[in-house]
Amino acid sequence: MELVSLGIKSIFIENMIFAYFLGMCSFLAVSKKVSTAVGLGAAVIFVLTITVPVNWLLQEYVLKEGALTWLGAGFGEVNLEFLQFIMFIAIIAAMVQLVEMIIEKFSPSLYGSLGIFLPLIAVNCAILGSSLFMIQRDYKLSEATVFGFGSGIGWMLAIVALAAIREKLKYSNVPAGLKGLGITMLITGLMGIAFKSFIGIAL
Amino acid sequence: MSTETLEQKNEEVVQKPAEGLLSKRRKRLISDPLNEDNPITVQVLGICSALAVTVKMEPTLIMSIAVVFVIVFSNLIISLLRNLIPNRVRIIVQLAVIATLVTLVSEVLKAYNYEMYKILGAFVGLIITNCIVMGRLEAFAMGNKPYDSVLDGLGSGFGYAWIILTVAFFRELFGSGSIFDFKIFEAVGISNFPTNGLMVDSIGAFMVLGILIWVQRSKTGYVEH
Repeated sequence: MELVSLGIKSIFIENMIFAYFLGMCSFLAVSKKVSTAVGLGAAVIFVLTITVPVNWLLQEYVLKEGALTWLGAGFGEVNLEFLQFIMFIAIIAAMVQLVEMIIEKFSPSLYGSLGIFLPLIAVNCAILGSSLFMIQRDYKLSEATVFGFGSGIGWMLAIVALAAIREKLKYSNVPAGLKGLGITMLITGLMGIAFKSFIGIAL
Repeated sequence: MSTETLEQKNEEVVQKPAEGLLSKRRKRLISDPLNEDNPITVQVLGICSALAVTVKMEPTLIMSIAVVFVIVFSNLIISLLRNLIPNRVRIIVQLAVIATLVTLVSEVLKAYNYEMYKILGAFVGLIITNCIVMGRLEAFAMGNKPYDSVLDGLGSGFGYAWIILTVAFFRELFGSGSIFDFKIFEAVGISNFPTNGLMVDSIGAFMVLGILIWVQRSKTGYVEH
């Protein structure tokens, strides 16, 4: 039950985009068409669900102070936490490479439409951010997995919703200076207000 | 910005080595990203951290310094290594350089200003995934000389810094009624200024940045199609 509420919390209340602004670059750049947004969202969910638990294992059994005791008593005081950033980003880059190969194999059309943004998932802040938040909040392995999955769903929800709005927006007359990025920012702000209404829900 | 033209210009530079330390072209390297080619409002890079840390001025200032440091030195290192890096593994090499520099920043911050380290939290680590850093390495440092790359890094870094400082100024002023934790509204006699949740929250950041982009683009005349 706690896991369910954590999942709902990470999807709606602590949405990666509206509460923490993570993954904004691709959120703004790939949200012009719903179909592309769905594809990228699915890829992000996949990468997040794998990398967060893998990074959890890495932190618990390699990086944390005293984590290396399983190697022998002499390693009890080794603290490799300063390697955290490099190790996490390496895991993420490897996973993204894997996803890229899978998508290229099974859906060449999606691969074509995602283009440059597929490798850029590696530098999507939402992915690294989730891993860092997971460390900050001392999650257990099960919680970390749910958190990664939930954050991914929340991110996908946000980008698909924005893409749907932007498809309609093509038909409206926006002031010249606001076109593109400006109006998208304002819309994201309004969507953020909508998501804020979940805050009152106690889980 | 087209890298090719820059590279061509660079070849000319090699033929006449007497180019001034701050020639016109080099001044443009610094001044362009401040306004016409701003990394945030025009190139749409590095938005995540731009919004997340801007609740108050002080963390924003620390964040700007950290980002400028990382951009300048990663640009310098990659530019020095540019002929040694095989094209296929360049992304990994770039990430390794950036991650090392960010680790440095984070350890220094942890040692000398632990309070601020707690406030910024995960966002220091997220400089690694700040697209501006990666973007400058790809677009500029991989094809240009070290000194030019440092200038380009300074330009992009300050272009990023002034935008997030402006956003933070408005958010702290209208959100908490203070600047650098100094209560402005109380000082001018309005003592019951309530905390404005809309500005403190993420929504304020989107709105302020949206309007800032509008103002800036109306001035430069840049229109997106």
